[in-house]
Amino acid sequence: MIRGRPWLSFRFWFWSGLFLLTWALSSFSFQLYKALDARWIIRFPSKYEVPLASWLTDFFKWLQNDATFGLFTFRDATRFVSTILDWPYEQVRSLLIDGFRVGAGSSAIEVLPPLGWICVIVIVVALGWYAKNRYLAALAGACFVYLAVFGQWDAAMVTLASVLIAVPIGVIGGLVLGILAFRHDWFDKMLRPLLDLMQTVPVFAYLVPILVLFGFGPVAALVATIIYAMPPMVRVSTVALRNVPVEVVEAAKIVGCTKRQLLWKVLVPSAMPTLMVGVNQVIMLTLNMVIIASMIGAGGLGFDVLASLRRLDIGGGIEAGLAIVVMAIALDRLSQAFSRKPPDPIPPKGASFVQRHPWFVTTLAIAGTIYLAGFVLPWLREYPDEATITTSVFWESAIRWINVNFFDTLEAVKTFVLSYLLLPVKRFFTGIPWPWGVVVTGLIAGRIGGWRFGVIAALMALFIAANGLWAKAMITVYLCGVSVFIACAIGIPLGIWAGSNDRTNSVVGAIMDTLQTLPSFVYLIPVVMLFRVGDFSALIAVVLYALAPAVRYAAHGIRSIDPQLVEAGLVAGCTKRQLLWRIKLPLAAPSLLLGLNQTIMLALSMLVITALVGTRDLGQEVYIALTKANTGHGIVAGLSVAFIAIIADRIVSALAKSSENRLGLK
Amino acid sequence: MAGKIKLDCRNVWKLYGQHTEKLLEEHPDPDDETLAQNAIIGAVRDACVKIREGEIFVIMGLSGSGKSTLVRCLSRLIEPTAGSIEFDGQDLLAMSEAELIDLRRKKIGMVFQNFALLPHLTVLQNVAFPLDVQGIDRKTRESRAREMIDTVGLSGREDYFPMQLSGGQQQRVGIARSLVGEPEIWFLDEPFSALDPLIRREMQDEFLRLQSILKKTIVFITHDFDEAIRLADRIAVMKNGRIEQTATPEELVLNPASEYIAEFTQHVAREKVLKLRSVMDTKLSAKSFAGDIDGNLSIAEAAATVEAAGKPLRVLDEKGKPVGQIDAKAVIDVLVGRPFK
Repeated sequence: MIRGRPWLSFRFWFWSGLFLLTWALSSFSFQLYKALDARWIIRFPSKYEVPLASWLTDFFKWLQNDATFGLFTFRDATRFVSTILDWPYEQVRSLLIDGFRVGAGSSAIEVLPPLGWICVIVIVVALGWYAKNRYLAALAGACFVYLAVFGQWDAAMVTLASVLIAVPIGVIGGLVLGILAFRHDWFDKMLRPLLDLMQTVPVFAYLVPILVLFGFGPVAALVATIIYAMPPMVRVSTVALRNVPVEVVEAAKIVGCTKRQLLWKVLVPSAMPTLMVGVNQVIMLTLNMVIIASMIGAGGLGFDVLASLRRLDIGGGIEAGLAIVVMAIALDRLSQAFSRKPPDPIPPKGASFVQRHPWFVTTLAIAGTIYLAGFVLPWLREYPDEATITTSVFWESAIRWINVNFFDTLEAVKTFVLSYLLLPVKRFFTGIPWPWGVVVTGLIAGRIGGWRFGVIAALMALFIAANGLWAKAMITVYLCGVSVFIACAIGIPLGIWAGSNDRTNSVVGAIMDTLQTLPSFVYLIPVVMLFRVGDFSALIAVVLYALAPAVRYAAHGIRSIDPQLVEAGLVAGCTKRQLLWRIKLPLAAPSLLLGLNQTIMLALSMLVITALVGTRDLGQEVYIALTKANTGHGIVAGLSVAFIAIIADRIVSALAKSSENRLGLK
Repeated sequence: MAGKIKLDCRNVWKLYGQHTEKLLEEHPDPDDETLAQNAIIGAVRDACVKIREGEIFVIMGLSGSGKSTLVRCLSRLIEPTAGSIEFDGQDLLAMSEAELIDLRRKKIGMVFQNFALLPHLTVLQNVAFPLDVQGIDRKTRESRAREMIDTVGLSGREDYFPMQLSGGQQQRVGIARSLVGEPEIWFLDEPFSALDPLIRREMQDEFLRLQSILKKTIVFITHDFDEAIRLADRIAVMKNGRIEQTATPEELVLNPASEYIAEFTQHVAREKVLKLRSVMDTKLSAKSFAGDIDGNLSIAEAAATVEAAGKPLRVLDEKGKPVGQIDAKAVIDVLVGRPFK
């Protein structure tokens, strides 16, 4: 840049020129098409459209019907996986809620009843106490009591059963893949783009093939959940193993550890605290999937929410949604406590089994007694129906009250935002003719991330256009852009405030924690109730969901500034404002950009879900494909969303990296 | 001092970068420029050290001088690019993975700068870890670990976890762990650098006490010249990956091989390094002597005696043969830093 005269620099001309040209083309694309009589300007010529979707559909049909590996067919393989998943799931479900039975159908005889609500609560309380203290025990207990009292127990246990199956598989699978990637560079290189894709493809997109391969039911839901929840565990495992200090590894080698000893006696235990963070993530993602998975056959709370949403049963939806939140909070806090728990003290020598495992034995004794007592006193096993409380009437009337009294205000806000923000931006993005869109994507990406990435980005944009999805993709980009803008406009100042004030930080931190624990669907319920379906509702839901990273990274960025630099600023006589703008913000820039990146990713994943409330973007395409079980179409639309995410991710990461380099931070 | 050679390292190179072996084939002794041109970093360059049984061999150098890389080559934690290393006459670099594991289990112990304790194990389990890895049963390994913990003075803390201990205590655990397998050669990689100065001093004393009992062959890495002088039988000074000089502390002070080494020795408390033999007048010219004195005493140790004598003292070698004389003036010259002789 030429000092003092930025308008002379190439950079300035490049960006403003690009913007003006795009704006002009977007505004006049229709006139251009009329004048030149070139329809291809606004629509990708249909004779060149790639029939990728139907190829994929055919491929899956072939897989399902004809594919064979010689000894067994592909269908045998999926059936095998089904059986492996189904058996433990049935056992856990029997234990928690259904009871163990012999025989089938109406002739089934119950051999052993399920644990019953008090037993489960006793176990949860004991876990909380063991992992941290009695406050956590009380919190976890209260959460589960809530489930019983508010009549969500049965559905919640069905959900818990699938969590209890999906989490161990996700954790162990993730750990194994993580270890392989840690040990073999080639495996890491192969896995990484796959993980990137897995985390950016919207879940809906792989629901379709899973549905086709495994059929509607809990197993398909489990498979989808595991696929969704595993990638972070893989990453966390690899990072955790890499971060074991070199010296510790050397110490292990010098005492003569074999490779296996090195891994299991040194690396994995040393990495345990970080690995537990991964376990926590798997749990949270599993809960996040609860509602989505119910679309392909998971029962439980998710199904209740979905069913209520579909029949616009406000109260029922909020009740079941809250139950998911409550369960998520309990499981989140429990797993976090386990990850921070210091090792147990060593029991004295010659201790008996009881002395060595006091928690286990006590819990088993209490739970066992209650279980046996349950044969005599049935209320110990099943929470009495007459004692349940339902809040759905309350929610209904609350929403009705708001709608009656504030309808005009809400409507005014909605109209204002729609006509002054959403519609103009929408017009701008949807007006961009696709050929220029492809070029401009390439130019922006190339300018920021290098020409090779520019070419890749342009090809990705072309893929979207060539599959006839350009218009829908632009709606996705516009909705995502506006949501991210609003999320940052709210989140970054909030984060800066939290970053410079301890009390604010604890309050904001707690709110953000809760927001992140909520499964994404839950945001939709109240929004739809208040604003009905449409872009505006989608916008609010996305902003709420994507707010957390903007706040967190901003707070983190401000907090991790070297206090000496702030002191240097103070000594130089900076006012508070100067301190913020001249020192803190520039130094926090890389962190802010990383937050932006995360915000975009979350916004995109939420956008797909908002298809349920009537947006007309790529998410809707995926959702339609799901309801029609159209495999190819679902995958293509899903890939398109993933490509948008990848382009955005690489551009923002490149910006973050260059600002880090500029500041000399690592 | 003339013990048998335990570890013989000849012309060892460790280069980082691409095509390092090819570069060494083309240029057997590449200079800084050649390395820079090929974007190669020469961490260790043409290092030769012979470590004798029972000695404390200190490798001293500032950060980035390659000392840590060299010691890792000596234990083959890092694979050298070129050169040969013999351990008790066996070619270390030709050993298979299994042989290497066996050698490390039985003959090598190592202490690390940041202790490298396993956070999930107690003090006792950490110390017993090398034996655990060898598959020794719990009872035996724990009783040996207890002995070792006792030796380093940590009895009573067996069931603590590393994070509950102070830095000095953690390093005691590290030392106990490195010695529990009764190694023949003991590597210490900046063992006291992460400790506070007072604790460092205490640990150095502890180290010398242990060595007086154990008589191990020791390779000790440090960036602290005073520490090197204090502990070493012999010192190798490294700079930019090369060994500048290998000598006893006294020789380093008396005959520094380069300006660089002279920089260090200049500020050393010479009275603690120099021995009477190096300072004495080799001619027995005095008419009468106040008495005899051992020539292997340092100036600091002998100063009071020499001063009190009033007259020159006769200096004797190990066999009790008079080899020279010393008077108060010579001692004072050293003490005030005047050039002597």
